[in-house]
Amino acid sequence: MSTEKILSSDGIPLEISLKKAERKNKLKALMLVGPLFLFLIITYIFPIGDMLFRSVDDRMITQKLPNTFAALEKWDGKELPDEATYEAFYKDFYPLAINKEAGKLYQRLNYEKSGFSSGLKKTNRTIKKFEKANYKEQFMATHKIWKDVDYWIALKNTAPNWSYAKYLKGLDLKFDQDRNIIQQDEDRRIHKILWLRTIKVAFWVTVFCFLLAYPISHLLATLPMKYSNLLMICVLLPFWTSLLVRTSSWMVLLQQQGPINDLIVWLGWAADDNRPELMYNVVGTFVAMTQILLPFMVLPLYSVMKTISPSLMRAGKSLGGTPFTAFRQIYFPLTIPGIGAGCLLVFILAIGYYITPALVGGASGSLISNTIAYHMKSSLDWSFAAALGSMLLVGVLTIYWIYNKLVGIDNIKLG
Amino acid sequence: MALPTYTSWNYRIWHYTYLTICGLVFFFLIAPLFVILPLSFNAEQYIHFSKGMIALDPDAFSLRWYEDMIYGTKNPWGLATKNSLIIAFFATIGSTVLGTVAALGLSSRHMPYKAAFMALLISPMIVPLIISGTAIFFFMAKVGLAATHTGIILSHIILGTPFVVITVTATLTGFDHSVTRAASSLGSNPVNTFMKITLPLILPGVISGALFAFVTSFDEVVVVLFLAGLENTTIPIQMWVGLREQLSPTIMAVATCLIIMSTLILVSAELLRRRSERLRGINR
Repeated sequence: MSTEKILSSDGIPLEISLKKAERKNKLKALMLVGPLFLFLIITYIFPIGDMLFRSVDDRMITQKLPNTFAALEKWDGKELPDEATYEAFYKDFYPLAINKEAGKLYQRLNYEKSGFSSGLKKTNRTIKKFEKANYKEQFMATHKIWKDVDYWIALKNTAPNWSYAKYLKGLDLKFDQDRNIIQQDEDRRIHKILWLRTIKVAFWVTVFCFLLAYPISHLLATLPMKYSNLLMICVLLPFWTSLLVRTSSWMVLLQQQGPINDLIVWLGWAADDNRPELMYNVVGTFVAMTQILLPFMVLPLYSVMKTISPSLMRAGKSLGGTPFTAFRQIYFPLTIPGIGAGCLLVFILAIGYYITPALVGGASGSLISNTIAYHMKSSLDWSFAAALGSMLLVGVLTIYWIYNKLVGIDNIKLG
Repeated sequence: MALPTYTSWNYRIWHYTYLTICGLVFFFLIAPLFVILPLSFNAEQYIHFSKGMIALDPDAFSLRWYEDMIYGTKNPWGLATKNSLIIAFFATIGSTVLGTVAALGLSSRHMPYKAAFMALLISPMIVPLIISGTAIFFFMAKVGLAATHTGIILSHIILGTPFVVITVTATLTGFDHSVTRAASSLGSNPVNTFMKITLPLILPGVISGALFAFVTSFDEVVVVLFLAGLENTTIPIQMWVGLREQLSPTIMAVATCLIIMSTLILVSAELLRRRSERLRGINR
C-alpha cells in the first residue's frame, strides 16, 4: 500500500474533501429539519417543560411571606412561635390585606391544611385595626388558628420553593405534619380509582379492538383487491370522520329512547319502562371508544398481513397440519409485529382519551384526562392539573419508547 | 371466496362463521355513521325514529333542521364555519410547508440522529391531546396569544405537522435520488430542482399529508377548548357545546354535512395514494 494520499483535482487529499462534502450534506439535512425543529422546541417542547416546572413550583407563598419564613427558620415546632414571628407575619400580611392580594394565599394554605382559609379571611378583615404592639395576643384573639401549633407547622412546611405534594395528591398520598408520606383520608382517595379505571378502560378497549380487528384485517388482506378496496372504505370512512360526529352517533344509539334500547325492548330482554342505562357510564365509554379506535388497530394489522404470502399457510396444511395448527404455528406468529404496533397505538390513544368519555362516560366512565380538564377549567388548581398531566405524560412516553424500540417510529403508516 | 369442493363440513361451518363475524364487525364500524343521516331529516324535534319515518311517510321528513343550521336565530354555525375554515386553511399551509421541508431533511441519508429527530417531531401526535392542550394553553397565555386566531393556528400547526412528516417521508422512501442528481449535474440549482423535479413526484404525498393536517385542524376540539374565546368558536366547539347541552336535530344536520365532507376527503386521499404509488412505480 502506498503512503501517498490520493488527491482530488484541486490538490486537496480526497479523504478530506470527502469529509467536507459529507459535512456539507449533513448540514444541509439539518437545515431542512431545522425550522420545524425550532418551531416545535419553542411552541411545544418548551411549554411541556414549563408545565412540568409548574407542577413542582411552590415559590408564590415564599415570595409573599418572606419575613415569616425567615423568622420560622429557627422555630422548633413544639410550642407556639414567639412574638417576633407574629410580628414578622404581621409585616408580611398587612400589605397583602391592604392591597387585596391575599386571595391566592388562602387557597394555597387551605390545600395544606383546611381551616386556613376562614382564619386568614377573618384576619384579613381585622388586621387593619391592629395596634403596633403585642401582635401575638391580637392574632390569637382574632382567630383560633393562631392558637394552634399545627397551623404554624403547616405554614412552615410550605417554605421550600419546590414541592412534589401535587404528585403525592395525584396518587392519593399526602404529607402529615412531620413531613412523612401517608395515605390520604379514606373518603378522599379518588385518584387511585381514576388511574386504575383509565388503565383498565385502555386495556380492555385495546383487547376488544384486537379481537374485532384481527378477523377483518385478515379478510381485507386475503380478499381480491376489488372487494377489499370496497370493504376498506368501511374502515377508512370512520377514520376520516370527525370524532365528534362519531361520538354523537353513539349518543344517538345509546340513549334511553335510542335504537339499541328499542331493539332490547323489542327482543323482550328488558321492560319498556325499565330500559337499561347504556350511556353516561363505563359501558358507553367502552363501546364508543372501541368503535372509534378500531381503525387504528386494523391499519397496522392489515399492512403486516398483506405481506404474508398465502403459500405459507398452504405449505403448512400440505405438511399435514390442520387449518388451526397452521394458523397457530405459522400465520399468527408472523402477525405479531402488527399486533404489537396496533395494540401499543390503541393503548396510547385510549389512555389519554378525553372527548368521548366526557360526552358518553358520565361520572363512572370518566378518565384521568377528564380530571385534568376539570382542574384546568373548573377548580383552577393548575399546578395539580400540571402534575396529573406530567404523570400521564411519563406513562405515555414510556409506552412510546417501547413502541419505538419494537416497531420503530418511522414505521407508522397512515391509511 | 368460493371454497374448493373437497373442503370438510367442519371447515365450511367455520368459514361461514368467520365471514359472519367479519360482517358484524364491518357493520359495527360503519353503521353508527348512517344512523345520523335519516335523523337529520326528521320532521319532529326529537332524536329518534318516529313511526312516520319507519313507514317512510314523506311528511315525517323535512329539511327544517338544515334551514335552522343555515338561517336559525342567533345562529352560531355561520361564525363557527368561517373560523374553522380560516384556522384550518392557515394551519394546513403552515403544517404542510414545515412538515414537507423537515421530511426532505429526514429522508436524506446524511441526516444525523434520524431516529431521535423523528421521535421528537412525531411526538405531538402521540402525547395525549389533553396534555398538549394544557401545555400549549400555558404558553399561549404567557405570550398573549390565548383567545386569538393566531394562537389556535399555531397550535394546530403543531398538531398537524406529524401527519405531514409521516406521509411525506413515506412517499420519499421509494424516491429515486438519481433524478435530482441528474438535475444538478445539468446545472439546476437546488430550489429549481425541488420545484421542477422533486415536488411534482412527491406531490401526492404532500397533498395527502395536507389533507390529514386539514382534517386534524378542522376536527380538533381539546386544544381549542382551552384556547378559544367567544370570538374564536369553531364547528367542533359548537358541536361540543351542543352535545353537552342537548342532542338537537340541528347537530345531526351539521354532522351529516361533516360526514359528506369526510367522504369527499376520503375519496381524494385514496385517489392520491394510488396516484402516488403509480408515480413511484410501486405495483401491488
